[in-house]
Amino acid sequence: MTVDCKMVNEMDFDIIICFETHVELKTETKLFCQCPVRYDVPPNTQICPVCTGQPGALPVLNRKAVEYAIRAGLALDCSINTNSRFARKNYFYPDLPKGYQISQYELPFCENGQLEIIGDDGLPYVVGIKRIHLEEDAGKLVHSSDSFEESDYSLVDYNRSSVPLLEIVADHERNPIRSIKEARSYLDKLKQVLTYIEISDCMLEKGQFRCDVNVSLRPRGALQFGNRTEIKNMSSFRFIADALEYEISRQSDILKTGGQISQETRLFDEEQKITLPMRSKEDAPDYRYFPDPDLLQVTIGRHFIEDIEKSMPELPDQKVRRMVAQFDIPKSDVLILTKDRKISEYFGSAAPFCDDKKKLANWIIKELFKLLNESSMSIEECRVGPEDFAKLINLISEGQITEKIGRTVLEEMFGKGGKPDAIIQERGLKPIQDEDLLKKMLDEVLAQNPDVANQIEHGETKPIDFIIGQIMKKTRGKADPKKVRELIIKK
Amino acid sequence: MELCDKTAAELSVLLRKGDVSSREITESVYKRVDETEKAVNAYITLTRESALQQADKADKRFREKKDLPLLNGIPIGVKDLLCTKGVKTTCGSKILKDFVPTYNATAVEKVLKDGAVLVGKTNMDEFGMGSSTENSAFGATCNPVNHLCVPGGSSGGSAAAVAAGEAILSIGSDTGGSIRLPSAYCGINGIKPTYGRVSRYGLIAYASSLDQVGALGRSVEDCAILLNCLCGHDSLDSTSADIPTPDFLSSIGKEVKGIRIGLPKEYFVEGMDEGIKSRIMDAVNLFEQHGAHISEISLPRTRYAVAAYYLIATAEASSNLARYDGVKYGYRSPEGSSDLIEMYESTRSEGFGSEVKRRIMLGTYVLSAGYFDAYYLKAQKARALIKEDFDRAFEKVDCILAPVSPCLPFKLGEKIDNPLQMYLVDIYTVSINLAGLPGMSINCGMLDGLPVGLQIIGKAFDEEMVLRVGHAYEQMNP
Repeated sequence: MTVDCKMVNEMDFDIIICFETHVELKTETKLFCQCPVRYDVPPNTQICPVCTGQPGALPVLNRKAVEYAIRAGLALDCSINTNSRFARKNYFYPDLPKGYQISQYELPFCENGQLEIIGDDGLPYVVGIKRIHLEEDAGKLVHSSDSFEESDYSLVDYNRSSVPLLEIVADHERNPIRSIKEARSYLDKLKQVLTYIEISDCMLEKGQFRCDVNVSLRPRGALQFGNRTEIKNMSSFRFIADALEYEISRQSDILKTGGQISQETRLFDEEQKITLPMRSKEDAPDYRYFPDPDLLQVTIGRHFIEDIEKSMPELPDQKVRRMVAQFDIPKSDVLILTKDRKISEYFGSAAPFCDDKKKLANWIIKELFKLLNESSMSIEECRVGPEDFAKLINLISEGQITEKIGRTVLEEMFGKGGKPDAIIQERGLKPIQDEDLLKKMLDEVLAQNPDVANQIEHGETKPIDFIIGQIMKKTRGKADPKKVRELIIKK
Repeated sequence: MELCDKTAAELSVLLRKGDVSSREITESVYKRVDETEKAVNAYITLTRESALQQADKADKRFREKKDLPLLNGIPIGVKDLLCTKGVKTTCGSKILKDFVPTYNATAVEKVLKDGAVLVGKTNMDEFGMGSSTENSAFGATCNPVNHLCVPGGSSGGSAAAVAAGEAILSIGSDTGGSIRLPSAYCGINGIKPTYGRVSRYGLIAYASSLDQVGALGRSVEDCAILLNCLCGHDSLDSTSADIPTPDFLSSIGKEVKGIRIGLPKEYFVEGMDEGIKSRIMDAVNLFEQHGAHISEISLPRTRYAVAAYYLIATAEASSNLARYDGVKYGYRSPEGSSDLIEMYESTRSEGFGSEVKRRIMLGTYVLSAGYFDAYYLKAQKARALIKEDFDRAFEKVDCILAPVSPCLPFKLGEKIDNPLQMYLVDIYTVSINLAGLPGMSINCGMLDGLPVGLQIIGKAFDEEMVLRVGHAYEQMNP
């Protein structure tokens, strides 16, 4: 029933989805003080007068964070503002030590960018990016009980206070996201680009990539969109899709019966997979933004931008284009290889040592990924160096070992490390190439299977594979199948 | 004359000759404190024990080596809005009545490093908001010249302490006249340097774009000695200017012949006390006799200054004071232990005094959606124009002379119920903060037994001119 309803909705309404994404930057120190950014430590140990809002303490901007913001701006095709400034967003909450958050309002670091995603029609679609700005994170409340309401008391941990966040706001007017599918593509691509430029690890489960999701609908053909609702603080792509699905269906139900969407902020209930109202527009706080007098206007010089431009890595789209052109690999494989920058670099380091790039790609995607998955390891933790991996592929493609032995060798390399040839040597996995020995075996097999021998003598080729299989069985896969084939044909 | 009545310059000579010890000076200061503090109430906190230890250490340094900073062994009072590590820093407020900072303000760090002796933390209008030092949660300070009168504010305790011999020098802060007004009212000298000259790190903020730390002393030379120590770039304050600090002592002692002095015509109009006007004109004539060129200048946007000041200062204050919420430090109301909003409301209602609450409300209103452009932005535009007035004037003159206050020190309680009248006391001082310029108050005689202050205003980062002119006046009019 709901599925049907959704189908109708999506046909009858245009959808606009807009993300405000908060990404935690991986700077060593906080945005406005020298405190280290660390979480594997007891509460309130990474704090100082500045990030706890002590009277008289003043913020000093972390240059690295600005550099990261500009990197993001360049990667997302933004124009970089020569002059930027910080503003205070005023509101009261115990996790906000100064009673205001230092953020940006007018003059953010970057504006008017774009990000290419896969559109609904399967073709590239360029989503507009409205702005990118820097702001500080708040602390963390720890309640004495599971829920705030039931708690006798709450404590505040300021270790996270003033950790730099980059807020990336997608455009809701210029090339907006138009479907849940595009939303997912946008999030995947944004995460990919940000990890490529190494400004954030974007680990959702650690809250390093959090989204406020805006959604509004209009009947197809209508000029005006309905009011938008904002779903706050989402940190799972799965839940974002669930929340959007619910919200789109909720809004379209209201619009279909002639109702009005009230502009409001909503929260996603993960258990019930529904959104619930949090506060209406009327209750929206007045943040009384004004330029922070403690921080001077930041002037971004041309040289600063140029230096960052020079240090920019190849971005995913560029890399895909290059790899498709440079290596004879299907684009679908390249897309998989480039999803994670480290994987693509692994391929890049292995490629020069390998003749068969297609097989190399294939083996990374099929065999190496399988091993990594099974042991839940990242490519950086992998013991198999790219050069050794390439050599292994070469041994296979040269026919020196079978694919099956190749897999065994890879497992060994993956588990214990070591060079492929050494492992083959040690474990006696080298194929049997001794012609006399193989001939002897062949004679034995043929003698045991006179019918098959007869067929081969009559020129049938099919049974050859059977004979090879028998010999492989005898040698536990160690016979060189090419050699065996040659011997059979010679006979 | 007691040791505590001498200048820092005189004492530093005696100390170097070995004629007196820092302990003797410090004991003399505390003897005066014991005699007069009950009447004057210049201090919120006295640090007698640690001061005597600091004095002994200073004396030990004198015995060990000769080449020491001029402040070594000199007892100093510090306004209670500069953080002092381990020493209560209240800002004159109940909300911080038991607050003990974990760190020293840069200004404090610098004077202590130079060997100064901290006498105590001086009284002030709560968070620097006031012109009379009556808005203190720890009782008003009285003017040592006449105990029935206010000492001016907000650095009233700093000025009164120096005037009464309860400190040799003191550090104050000036947001709209808070060093110059009390210096004038207590008959001493005080300088507010250019915005950015002294680090604000550890200065508990009232209005961040206007606040500036400065020096109070009994002579211009003493102000220069303290200023030499306080000034300099600080990487902990982004608004601190990264320019070299000149030796201010070398700028004094020069004559004023040929110096171009401007008199803003807008400052000598109705509302100004005739007696004060004549004292100022006496000083102007004296400069003219000594070869300075006097000319009339115009600062046409002066009439917007008080309004612009109270919009910008309160807007910033409303944000700066948000951190006093009962969560992390300072006073927390016993009410509302089960409800966050109630806790906030009662903590701030009980913790702040009425003038602070008035300004927080005013500032919150100024920044509110729908009013921001009409108030805050307009005030910023006025500020830019006021600055432009000064820039234009300084094309023709080297410094500007003006009164500090339109009236003499008034009686305690006289204006406390009339905030607008109280705000107008700052009419000649706030423009200088809006423009970020250096300004000094020096005593230019008495009227009806009360001191009158002459204000010397300089170009940005030209404290040398201000000190030179001030010092020359002292020499001409001993």
